[in-house]
Amino acid sequence: MKVHYTINGEKKIFEIKPGEVLLDVLRRNGYSEVKGNCYMGTCGACTVLIDGVPHTSCTILAAKVDNKSITTIKGVGTLQHPHPLQKAFVEKGAVQCGFCTPGAILSAYALLKENPNPTDEEIKKALDGNVCRCTGYVQQVEAVKFSIKLLKEEK
Amino acid sequence: MKEFKYIGKNTDKRDALSLATGQPMFVDDISLPNMLQVKFLYSTYAHAIIEDIDTTEAENYPGVKMVLTYKNTPHIIHTTAGQGWPEPSPYDTYMFNKKVRFVGDRVAAVAAETEEEAAEAIKLIKVKYRVLPAVLDMKDAMKEGAPIIHDEEEIKGAYDPKHNLAAHIFVKAGDIEKGFKESDVIVEETFETQYAQHCPIEPHITITYLDEYGRIVIRTSTQVPFHVRRIVAQALNIPVQKIRVIKPRIGGGFGTKQEIILEEVCAYITMKTGRPARALFSREEEFISSRTRHPMQVNVKIGAKKDGTFNAIKMYVLSNTGAYGTHGLTVASNAGSKTLPLYNKAPNVEFTADVVYTNLPVSGAYRGYGATQGYAALEQAVDEVAYKLKMDPLKIRKKNHIRSGETSPIFRALGEGREGVTQYIQSCALDELIDKGAKEIGWFDKFGKPKRKGNKVRGVGMSIHMQGSGIPLIDMGAATLKMNEDGSFNLTYGGTDLGTGLDTVAAQIVAETLGIKPEQVIVYASDTDLTPFDVGAYASSGTFVSGGAVLNAAMKVREQIFDVAKEMFGEFDTKNFVLENGKVISKATGKSVTLSEIAYHTLYVKNQHQIAATGSFVSPYSPPPFAAHFVEIEVDEETGIITPIKYVAAVDCGVPINPELVRGQIIGAIVNGLGYALTEEYKFTDSGRMVNPNFMEYKIPSARDIPEIVTIINETYEPTGPYGAKSVAEININGPIPAIGNALYNALGIRLHQTPYTPERVLEAIEAKKLLDKGKVSEPIDPEQE
Repeated sequence: MKVHYTINGEKKIFEIKPGEVLLDVLRRNGYSEVKGNCYMGTCGACTVLIDGVPHTSCTILAAKVDNKSITTIKGVGTLQHPHPLQKAFVEKGAVQCGFCTPGAILSAYALLKENPNPTDEEIKKALDGNVCRCTGYVQQVEAVKFSIKLLKEEK
Repeated sequence: MKEFKYIGKNTDKRDALSLATGQPMFVDDISLPNMLQVKFLYSTYAHAIIEDIDTTEAENYPGVKMVLTYKNTPHIIHTTAGQGWPEPSPYDTYMFNKKVRFVGDRVAAVAAETEEEAAEAIKLIKVKYRVLPAVLDMKDAMKEGAPIIHDEEEIKGAYDPKHNLAAHIFVKAGDIEKGFKESDVIVEETFETQYAQHCPIEPHITITYLDEYGRIVIRTSTQVPFHVRRIVAQALNIPVQKIRVIKPRIGGGFGTKQEIILEEVCAYITMKTGRPARALFSREEEFISSRTRHPMQVNVKIGAKKDGTFNAIKMYVLSNTGAYGTHGLTVASNAGSKTLPLYNKAPNVEFTADVVYTNLPVSGAYRGYGATQGYAALEQAVDEVAYKLKMDPLKIRKKNHIRSGETSPIFRALGEGREGVTQYIQSCALDELIDKGAKEIGWFDKFGKPKRKGNKVRGVGMSIHMQGSGIPLIDMGAATLKMNEDGSFNLTYGGTDLGTGLDTVAAQIVAETLGIKPEQVIVYASDTDLTPFDVGAYASSGTFVSGGAVLNAAMKVREQIFDVAKEMFGEFDTKNFVLENGKVISKATGKSVTLSEIAYHTLYVKNQHQIAATGSFVSPYSPPPFAAHFVEIEVDEETGIITPIKYVAAVDCGVPINPELVRGQIIGAIVNGLGYALTEEYKFTDSGRMVNPNFMEYKIPSARDIPEIVTIINETYEPTGPYGAKSVAEININGPIPAIGNALYNALGIRLHQTPYTPERVLEAIEAKKLLDKGKVSEPIDPEQE
């Protein structure tokens, strides 16, 4: 069957197989920035925003997302025009191997859209589904807080 | 101390923004045309002989290109351990074998057009097993009559395979029995640690293909590209020159990628079919079939004088290497060699280890590398000595720990699978680390005074640690630096950044040495065709060994630059030359020339040549970093749940070349260690099958599990390291088990002898204690203010 997605603002039509999950469809079509392969929704590396809400793309059927808008990390910011969250993750040492980073930033991005001034606990809660084995999270939380400052400066 | 421009400064991790914006940097971020997908069939038995294997149906399944078993693959015994040559691990492994030795041992592989087809075909392979009795407890492995796990004739380098003994170690100094006899108090404790996995978020992944000359390119998530090249060549019996290994960005390793696991299989498929091949572990495969941490039973006996001076330390380690002996000998060595020298005041020391085969998952290298298990026991036993002598745990440690200018006989006696190298400590801030950490946690207000609030009791505990910086006289790294027209430099080196930030550290070292900005260094690492050799990323060697090589290359290039400048200035010597802000300046004459001008001059104008140099680094030193860890925990007596409230790590890693990266290494290791101490544990059926191979049931820490973590970086200058640096990657994983164990004793007077400290075990210990005494908690000790 065919599905219609709007990915990072671009309209796309993909052929999908029955039972296929969103993660596999995205990676097969070149969205290699979406990581992960636990297929249980437990590591969070495959997080994307579906209509602005973070979701593990390994646990949602590609068909279910038909006609929805999907944001990957490249929709948040690019190498040339990074988002303050991305800049903050770099500056605060919140990126080590970087495999979980896109998912973590997307979760933080969704949080800040909803709640521009979160507490530490709220930040930790938002990042809780994005497992990171390198950083120990402390610098990630600091980065999210720092990004709030950067976002305000940008305005 | 000299003021540095880039050393000790936070420059942004050079790959961070690319990673944060999702650039295609990992192994699996490319997709090659006609790529075959590889899936594996694993043994469902812990110990069995494959009497017959029928792959006909699988071979005939649509899309299947190749089915691999022991029948049609090279039968060359080797080790999967990505160590230097000759490897200190036994040769006890074949690519595929007729005998399977654990649930998860590789039986067959299928290469097909799609992953689905490969997975379907796997199901069609018919295996007839003759099931053998299995060894499922390391304590049974050496018993008379135990099933022999490695009875293959070709096995090489195992100590006594007929008794399931992969390795055996015995070293001593002084007279241990006399030492105990002359001690006033003796403490003996036994602790057991569990199976745990590294859990890199990117699992093992390998893609292979032929280049345009028919050579095999292996693009793989590895910590040891050069060892991969050598061992794949060995396992497939092809020349090293036929293989190129490329390490792109790596999604975490922690030791599990210091192994050759998928590489030889994919390479063989590509060699046979001419087509690209890809194998990616699922999370379940990562748990059951990659590598784990060696579970150990560690017995520590300490004899001390009344004043607290240690007189004798005896350690016995029983280590479970699982079905294969990869890293078995060296991990067990490190349980002693990275712990016992810390207490060098004891003249009588003895260390024994038995490393046994079992029919359980394969153990391997894991951050901490045996030291973690050794410290779990040693640092709790040290607290017990303190309690017996009614002495503050800080005081007893200060009395006994190693100091600058001192050595320990263990350094020489116990090396990496062979004799070690004598080390004299040249930098050690342990006293300051203990003082600063104690202050930060509030030790003198809290120790010995557990605070109770309802069911919840708070206590504090601490531990101290050392590790090493690379393996002395074994680990070698090399780097090549070459100059470009704009005064930028290409650094190509074998150092293997697996997320740690080594490439950034390398650029800082070049920048500092050549007076340029780190951004002017273009780093390309770990490609066996394009970069010089490096043993890879393990044994906390990155900054010290690979960084040392980078420094040596930069020093040579600096000399070459000075020689050209001398000519251009018309001066006679270079001793008044300095390199700063991209210029060579003669302090004697005030003349200056930019690096760009020098590059143009040497490439195009006169006496043309390439300014470039290769530097190597190997060292007789492996300077230990030191750490003092402090933790405050809250234990719920009703539920048995331990919650860390605050964790303090005071660390001496010499000069921190990039403090933010150092901090990341410290916190990351602590949190990994917290998981190991509190929740992470393989659970097995009684037939040896792991039942919890996923993140639902094997709980690794997530953001909300993290206590307040304070890092104190106490700078020292290590004269043997590049710009005064020592290592930092591993040491801080050693603290959580003993520090929390000691805090638990401080809070409730209970000591757990098995990790992880799960609620069940805590409750059990509380119950046991209630039976012993009616509710009286640990005897308070007055902390002595130093």
